Amino acid sequence: MSTEGSGDRDNDKAARIRRLLETTGSTVGETVRPFNEGRYRRYEEMQETEAYRTAAREIKADAIERLPELLEQVEEVVTENGGTVYVADDAADARHYIRGVLEEENAESVVKGKSMTTEEIKLNDDLKSTGVDVWETDLAEFVLQIAEDEPSHIASPAVHKSREEIASLFNNHFDLEDPLHTAEELTAFAREQLTDHILGADVGITGANFVTADTGTLALVTNEGNARKSLTVPDTHIAVAGVEKIVPSITDLSPFFNLIGPAGAGQDITAYLSLLTPPLDEPVVHFDRPNEEAFDGSSDKRSFHLVLVDNGRFEMRNDEELRETLYCIRCGACANSCANFQQVGGHAFGGETYSGGIATGWEAGVHGADSVAEFNDLCTGCSRCVEACPVNIDIPWINTVVRDRLNHGADPSAFDHLVSGLMPDDESTGLDRSKRLFGNFETLATLGSLTAPLSNHVVNFDPARTVLERVAGIDSRRDLPRFRRETLVDWFDAREPARIEDPIREAILYPDIYTNYVHVERGKAAVRVLEALRVRVRVPEVSSSGRAPLSQGMIETTREHAESVSTELEGHLEASRDVVVIEPSDLAMFRGEYERFLSADAFEQLSEHSYELFEYIFGLLESDTGTGIETLAGPSEECAMGAPASPDLAYHSHCQQRTLDLEAYTIAVLERLGYDVITSDVECCGMAGSFGYKSEFYELSMAVGENLKEQFIADETTDRTVVASGTSCLEQLDSLLERSSTHPIQVIDPGS
Amino acid sequence: MMPAAVETFERSLENLPVTFERVKSGAFQSAVESCIDPPAVGVPLPFDEVSLEESPVTLDPTSEDILEARTGVTPGGPSIAEYGTIVVTSAFDGSGYTSLFPKTHVVVVAASEIVETIDDALKILVEEIDDGLTSAYLTTGPSATADMGAPVYGAHGPESLHVIILGDC
Repeated sequence: MSTEGSGDRDNDKAARIRRLLETTGSTVGETVRPFNEGRYRRYEEMQETEAYRTAAREIKADAIERLPELLEQVEEVVTENGGTVYVADDAADARHYIRGVLEEENAESVVKGKSMTTEEIKLNDDLKSTGVDVWETDLAEFVLQIAEDEPSHIASPAVHKSREEIASLFNNHFDLEDPLHTAEELTAFAREQLTDHILGADVGITGANFVTADTGTLALVTNEGNARKSLTVPDTHIAVAGVEKIVPSITDLSPFFNLIGPAGAGQDITAYLSLLTPPLDEPVVHFDRPNEEAFDGSSDKRSFHLVLVDNGRFEMRNDEELRETLYCIRCGACANSCANFQQVGGHAFGGETYSGGIATGWEAGVHGADSVAEFNDLCTGCSRCVEACPVNIDIPWINTVVRDRLNHGADPSAFDHLVSGLMPDDESTGLDRSKRLFGNFETLATLGSLTAPLSNHVVNFDPARTVLERVAGIDSRRDLPRFRRETLVDWFDAREPARIEDPIREAILYPDIYTNYVHVERGKAAVRVLEALRVRVRVPEVSSSGRAPLSQGMIETTREHAESVSTELEGHLEASRDVVVIEPSDLAMFRGEYERFLSADAFEQLSEHSYELFEYIFGLLESDTGTGIETLAGPSEECAMGAPASPDLAYHSHCQQRTLDLEAYTIAVLERLGYDVITSDVECCGMAGSFGYKSEFYELSMAVGENLKEQFIADETTDRTVVASGTSCLEQLDSLLERSSTHPIQVIDPGS
Repeated sequence: MMPAAVETFERSLENLPVTFERVKSGAFQSAVESCIDPPAVGVPLPFDEVSLEESPVTLDPTSEDILEARTGVTPGGPSIAEYGTIVVTSAFDGSGYTSLFPKTHVVVVAASEIVETIDDALKILVEEIDDGLTSAYLTTGPSATADMGAPVYGAHGPESLHVIILGDC
C-alpha cells in the first residue's frame, strides 16, 4: 500500500473509533466491566485458580500436539455412536456439507445455538440464500439477527446493545401495540417468538465448546437453555466446531468448567454445562400432535452430524507463533480485561469474525492479514489479558508477531525517505512512518538530548507539530517529552562518587531511555534512595530494552536491543551486581519477552537478577543487614522535591507491573514509611507507550484515561498527591488531571 | 450427622437464586406437593423410599402437557456441593424436556449422591456415559440471561428451581 493509502485507512479507523466512542462505547463498557470485576472476584476466591489454569493449558497444549490422532479418535467414536463426522477443509467446504445435510432432510427451517464458528464460515447467509428459514435462538444473537448487526464480543455478542435500544428495536420491528420496556418483558417476548421457531424447526445447529475424544461427547457451556432446546426438539442435530475444540477425555473438562464462567462473564459457573453424546437417547417429541404421549418410548431415529472445521487451523498448528491461539476457549476474558476494548467493543477491536485481544491470532489464521490490519494496533501490549486468560495465552506476543508480519508485508516500494537514514533499524522499508519513529525512540532521544533545549523548542513549536502530525501521526494535542541536555548517566559520571561504607549490595540502576533522557530527576532520586539504603550504585550506559520497537511489531530490531542489553550487563551480572529497573515495561521485557530473544542461560541470569525499583527497596528493608527506613523521606518530612502537597497518596500502578505482581511492593514501602495510599483499579491509563500519541488513537486513549481520572478526582482522592510508576502513566495523568503527578521514588527521596 | 458435602451443597444453594429443603422420605410426599404449581409433569423417581405415583403430577404426559405444564419434577444425579449444581441425566424418560420446558423445575436428589467437586461428578458421569448415557445437564440455578440489558431468570428454561434433598437416601 502507498503511504497515502495507509493515511486514508488511519483516518477511516480514527473516524470509526470516534463514532463508536460516541455511540455504543459506553454500553460496551457498562456490560463488560462487571464481567471483568466478577472474574477478579472469582479468580481470587477459588483457591485452585492457578492450578486450574495450569492444567487447562497443559490439556490444550497436549490436545493440539496430538490433534491428528485425537481427530481420528473422534471420527471413530462418533461413528460408532451412530453419528457422522465431517472434517471440512475450509468455510466453503463446511457450508457445502451442511447444505447437503439440509437437502437430504428436506429441511425448511433451522434453529441455531450461538456459534462463532458458524459466523466464521458465514453459514447463515448461505442457508438463507437457499431459502431455508434460519433463527438464532440465543437471545443476544436473536437481537443481532433482528437488528441485522454483527457480534461485538465473542462470548456475549450483543454487549453493545442497551436495554432501551433493544426495546425500541423490538417495538418497531414487530410493530407492537403494547411497547416492551423491561428486560423481563423483552426476554419473555423473545422466548415466545423463539419457542415457536424451535417447535417448528427441522434441524438444530449448535456449536460445541469442547469435543471429547474418549466418548465423542460435546460439552456446551450456556446460560439460557436455548441450545438444549434447539438440539433436542428437532430430530436432526448438526454441531459445528473448530478442530481445536477436541480434548482427550471427559475428565479433562473439569478445569475448564471451573474457569469458563468466571473468565467469560464473572459468573462462578454457568447455568448449564451440558454433556451430550449424540445421537441422543432423548425421545423425539411430536409437538404438532398435541394429544400424543410425549415419551412413548418410540424410537424415532435421531441423526447427528459433527462438522469439524479446519479453515486454516492446521496451518496455525504448524506456525510456532500462532499455535497458542488454538488453546483459546473463546471465553472473552481478553476482551473484558482490555481497557481499549471496554471503550469501543469488537466493532473496532475485531476483524471479520473475532474480536478482543486473541482475535489477532484467530483472524490471521482463518481470514488472513487484511482482516487483522484494521484492528491489531488497538492492542497496546499492556498484558492485562494474560492473567485473565484461563489458558494463559501470551496474547500480546501474538499481536506483536502479527504486527511484525504486517510490517514486513508492507509494500517495500513505498520507501520512506523521511524517516529512513535517521532510523537504524532492520525493518522492512514499507514500515508505517509513525511505527518507525516510535520504534526507534532511542535514536530520537539521543538526538533530542544532544540538541536540547533547542530540540524541545523546535518540536513543540506549532508548525513543527503540524508537520509531525501529518507525516508521523503524532497528535498535536499531546505534550512531547522534553529531552534533557544532561542525561542521568552524565549526571552520575560527573558527580562526586558517594562513599558507601560496607555496602550491603552492589547494583546497576538501569538507565531506561525515559529516565536517562527525559525524567532524569526520578533517576537521581533512585540513586539517592538506594545509596541511603547502603547500596553501591552504578549507572552505566546500557542500550534501551527494545520495548519501543517491540510495541511497533519490529521484532528484529527488538532482538538486537535484547542482545545488546544482555552483553552490556553480562560483566555486571557475573560480578553479582543486581539490576534495578525503574520503568516497569522494561522489567517486563527482561522477565518476559527476552526469553524469546536470548539464550536460556543469558535470559535466566538477567531475569533472575533484575528487580523493579520498589521490589528491590522492599527487599532491602526486609533484610536484617540493611540501614533502616528512617533514612528515607516520610510523609511529614520534606523530600527532595520539597514538601509533598499531601501526605496522603493516590497511586496508579503500571499495567505490566501488575501483571508481574509487583504493585504490592510500592504500596508496602510507602505504607511502611507512614503514607496513606489509595490505589486505582483501572486496567490501563490509556497512554500505553506511544499509543496515546498517535492521532488516530488520541480520543480513545483519553477515553480510557477518563476512568482513571474519575478515580483520582473522587472525594476521597482529590486532595491526594498523585504518584505513578510508569512514564506513560505519568504523562497521561498530567494531561488528565489539573494537579501534577510524580514517580513514588521522588516522594521518598531524602535528597542529597 | 450429615456428611460435609451435604452441608457445603446447602451453603452453595443458599447463595443461588433457588429454594431448597432437606426432608426424610416420610415427609417427601407433602414436601413435593407444597412446591408444585399445577399443572405438573414428572419423571418417575429412581429412589427406593419415595415416588411421585401419589402426587398431583402427570407421569405419562402428552406433548401438549409438556408445553402447558407449569412445573416439571425430575430426579437428579450426582449433585456438586461446591457450586450447588444439580445434574439432570436424561434418556427416554424425558427428563431433559421435563426439566427445561416448565416454568418451575423441582429436582429430587439423594443426599448420599452429593459429591464435592465438578471433577468428582465427571468421574461418575464418564462411567455412566460409557454405559450408554447420552445426556447429562449440569445445572446451577435457573436458566438465565443478561442479553436484554439486565439479568433475567427464565430465559429459555425454567424461571425457578427448587431442590428437594432426600436426607435418608
